[in-house]
Amino acid sequence: MRRALLLVALLVAQPALADSSLPPAQWANRQLPDPRQEAKAEALMEELRCLVCQGQSIADSDAELAGDMRHLVRTRIAAGESPTAIRSWLIERYGNWISFRPPAKPIGWPLWGAPVALLLLGLLLVRKRIRLRRG
Amino acid sequence: MSRWLRLTPVVLLGLLLAALVWRLAHPEDTTIRSRLAGQPVPAFALPAALPGQMGLASADLKGRPRLVNLFASWCVPCIAEAPVLQQLQRRGVVIDGIAIRDRPEDLAAFLAAHGNPFERIGADNASRVQLALGSAGVPESFVVDGRGIIRHQHVGPIEPGDMPTILAELEKAR
Repeated sequence: MRRALLLVALLVAQPALADSSLPPAQWANRQLPDPRQEAKAEALMEELRCLVCQGQSIADSDAELAGDMRHLVRTRIAAGESPTAIRSWLIERYGNWISFRPPAKPIGWPLWGAPVALLLLGLLLVRKRIRLRRG
Repeated sequence: MSRWLRLTPVVLLGLLLAALVWRLAHPEDTTIRSRLAGQPVPAFALPAALPGQMGLASADLKGRPRLVNLFASWCVPCIAEAPVLQQLQRRGVVIDGIAIRDRPEDLAAFLAAHGNPFERIGADNASRVQLALGSAGVPESFVVDGRGIIRHQHVGPIEPGDMPTILAELEKAR
């Protein structure tokens, strides 16, 4: 009895409606006919953040909005727009956050400088130790 | 080696732990906001989402301040927002809709069930205008002033408690 009820429940169950019922946009999951343009689009899509699954690129994400963003990228590349222009169009709207390739800004310099500084510090320590041992 | 120098790593570890605990207690705001606030609405022209009714173009967003609401029939929080939008409309707010990835029949059923506070509804089937506005989901709303400048963005459903803010932003946009 319980099993039958469960079966009925499974048959009647509806998926949570978090997605629309429209099919994916034309260029969401289709490659551009020109391989050179497709390569450009793909390289850009790898470096754009999905607005829904924020840790994924739009090339990796299955979210509908990511599909629409791929459609946007491919349509614009096919229309002859440069990847740089498309990237800055998106940055204008969502900030640098949308791009996985952040611009080098003064606030990031310590981050780039840290490995060099730590290496120098390490060398200094090693030199000191060697001197101590000799002494 | 001096005693203080020996304690340095412990102090550094303490600082690191303090920073981590602070971040856990005050998580980062992950709301995605449009950077277009204060700028003109990007030019667009959307076809009507329902047959025989008016579509929505950026040129329509002129004259008096308007609330542009991005919504969808498949969006559950939009159902919760619907009565609040109707209340706003009753208070004289002009509301235009942008239906994201929707079918006319689904949309008509949604509006029949939850009310239709919209003057115009444009169909944005590939989220093109949504992306142009810097929006990241549904529902979201923009207060646009009489000159077509975006004055305020509300991310997520407008709840009863948000009404004063929205009304104040519309008043400011006058």
